Amino acid sequence: MTDVTNGKYDAFLNALADGEGYYLTCENEHGLLPPRRACPHCGDRDLAVRDLPESGEIVTHTTVFVPTPQFEDDAPYVTAVADFGGVRLTGIMQDIDQNDVEIGDCVTATVESNETADERTIVFRPTE
Amino acid sequence: MTSFGSHPDRTGRDMFAEAGLAALEDAGVPAADVDELFYGNFVGTLSEGQGHQGPLMAETLGTTAPSRRIESACASSGLAVHDAVRAIRSGEADVVVAGGMERMTNMGTAGATKGLAGAADDLYEVRSGVTFPGAYALMARAYFDEYGGTHEDLAHIAVKNHDNALVNDHAHLQQEITVEDALGAPEIASPFTLYDSCPISDGASALVLTSPDYADEHGLNTNVAITGAGHGGDTMALHDRQSLSKTPATREAAEEAYDDADIGPSDISLVEVHDCFTIAEVLALEALGLYSYGEAIGAARRGETRRDGELPVNLSGGLKAKGHPVGATGAAQVAAIATLLDGTHPRADAVPNNATVGVAQNAGGTVASATVHVLEVME
Repeated sequence: MTDVTNGKYDAFLNALADGEGYYLTCENEHGLLPPRRACPHCGDRDLAVRDLPESGEIVTHTTVFVPTPQFEDDAPYVTAVADFGGVRLTGIMQDIDQNDVEIGDCVTATVESNETADERTIVFRPTE
Repeated sequence: MTSFGSHPDRTGRDMFAEAGLAALEDAGVPAADVDELFYGNFVGTLSEGQGHQGPLMAETLGTTAPSRRIESACASSGLAVHDAVRAIRSGEADVVVAGGMERMTNMGTAGATKGLAGAADDLYEVRSGVTFPGAYALMARAYFDEYGGTHEDLAHIAVKNHDNALVNDHAHLQQEITVEDALGAPEIASPFTLYDSCPISDGASALVLTSPDYADEHGLNTNVAITGAGHGGDTMALHDRQSLSKTPATREAAEEAYDDADIGPSDISLVEVHDCFTIAEVLALEALGLYSYGEAIGAARRGETRRDGELPVNLSGGLKAKGHPVGATGAAQVAAIATLLDGTHPRADAVPNNATVGVAQNAGGTVASATVHVLEVME
């Protein structure tokens, strides 16, 4: 990992890694991840910070066999989109057999470094 | 257009010169009459280390006319055509070259995979392992969950488009495949196997577009005209969209283009759609209003979109078999519809009798950008 950060996105990852994940929401309840100054759906600029719910639900997933170079040693791995109530996140599933991942599964979110490049990525795990 | 395929040893400028000079010659338009170049390209700064490609490519056509490089991922040259139409309609230009080029195979599979991933959101998606096939696989899984459908349905799309390309000598893949081949191919991103994916291609395409007045004054052969143009947008990251199984950017572009041309979906006889992955053909046909949501998944299996079906789709072979040199694709789709309608395309014999309206749909990334063009036979 380089010393260069991505501002508010890295601050969000730090918080998520510490178990204090959050998201942004506009007056029309569109949930967003940082960094945002305006809601892309309605243009609202008055974005409030909310706590990220502890668990989310998988809405879709894929097992990636042909990765980008920064995930070469991680493949095959499962990338999923999970709905955390007010906001959706994209992350990598861990601690589950790839063939057992299903839409509707409950997951928690954290941040870990990937195997290939030691770069931080959002990780989902099945709730116990 | 050039042949689409694996041309790692050809420079981008040489490929665009071949396509552009041929287009000017076919049109009977001298380079000196070109008012502007609208040039689509996605990863030229990565694959050739070359920025500022607009003037470079104009030079290859024998002109220093004003130019611009347009980048909208896989929709780059669809957008070049769209903006060229606007330039002519505004009265600012009478003759415009619109096209694009991509050189990708020199980057290798890993380099091209990384380059293509740049069409997704870097922070929200690529850092979570999303690849370009992976992003469409996420959409396919969501579609199956919402509407039903199987990988076998998708395999029928691959078989159809490969079959259409068999007579197209400009196609990257002239290879007949079976449903069993597609289902048994190596996995790329589940549920996709190799044959759900378009190839990584090199190539260039170009169109010469003129105002009606210029065409009349110079006695040009103009059997086919662009009568409608539309452009739509959406969020970059899939997780920010309300639905993962619909592509509203294409719907928005289609509605704009249909209104512009004063047509509706029932007037359309053939389409070229952006089938970078098999599911993308399904999503496009539904967003274009040619099928209800959830209905297009079985269209190829039922034979409706094959070349002897009611609505031939991707007679050129589509991105799937014709190939997908990213920046060249959108203009190549428009060229395919134009030549299919005027009878000069190798698959023109499959165009339904009395067909007068064809549509080309081009999409960027996971359809965060889309263009739709309506082409009509002129009386």
